[in-house]
Amino acid sequence: MEMRSPLGRVRGLGSAKDGVAHWWAQRVTAVALVPLTLWFVVSVVSLVGADYAAYKAWVGMQGNLVLLVLLIVILFHHTQLGLQVVIEDYVHGEAAKVVSLMVIKFTVVLLGASCVLAVLRVSFGT
Amino acid sequence: MKSGNRPLSPFLMYRPQFTSILSITHRLTGIALAAGTLLFTYWLTSASYGPEAFARAQALIGSVFGRLLLFGWTLALFYHLCNGIRHLAWDAGWGFELPRLKATGWVVIVVSITLTFLSWAAGYAVRGGA
Ligand code: HEM
Repeated sequence: MEMRSPLGRVRGLGSAKDGVAHWWAQRVTAVALVPLTLWFVVSVVSLVGADYAAYKAWVGMQGNLVLLVLLIVILFHHTQLGLQVVIEDYVHGEAAKVVSLMVIKFTVVLLGASCVLAVLRVSFGT
Repeated sequence: MKSGNRPLSPFLMYRPQFTSILSITHRLTGIALAAGTLLFTYWLTSASYGPEAFARAQALIGSVFGRLLLFGWTLALFYHLCNGIRHLAWDAGWGFELPRLKATGWVVIVVSITLTFLSWAAGYAVRGGA
């Protein structure tokens, strides 16, 4: 069965336009998220009911800050890759697809940058 | 241009079966967790606005409604995490035979529910009292 459109075959790309790289990045981020999210759940449990001072002390520890920044960056990257696949499956029409993919990318970068800046600010104390 | 006879996602072709339900659930939990990043962002950014803003965020998350949402997200996270490992095992070439698919599917369900309850028990222990 021929599974690709003639144009798709000429371009030589999958639906993500960068198929293998996308697939691989999804796996690498998934592997990294296993320890990071487990660490995060344990941390959140330890911060149940915490006040600002306790949170600041937690995020002020070098190891926590490093893991938190890594979690933020990798989590948002994984989310963007995942939502991209979902959009490619359900949103038809080239324009709608391109616009939704852009909205997702911009949103993810905005949220991710806000999170990183916020944790750095609290950690370095202003 | 006619695009030929393209395949559909498995869950668009078959009647719901155990394994296909697990697969849709992976997608649904992924989308739910993506929505959860909004709360995650609110929590982290609130702290950068100072103690009052952070206390407000903590109170909101600790409210009955907040805890309900958080419980759902805990379950979604553990399911997606466990089933994600199942996905990675398939990619490594392990576990794609039907008996194993079913067995590991049950493992995912049991482990994710167990981890969710353990985390919440630990959370209540830290909080002290009900
Ligand atoms: C905790 C560790 C995690 C692991 C091991 C993991 C693993 C995976 C894997 C293997 C896939 C690809 C599934 C496929 O090819 O069909 C995937 C998809 C996805 N993940 Fe994750 N993930 C994790 C955490 C997260 C988190 C925290 C979020 C969101 C905040 C997320 C959002 C998504 C989304 C939206 C998809 C796309 C769903 C789909 O295509 O059906 N994941 N995940």
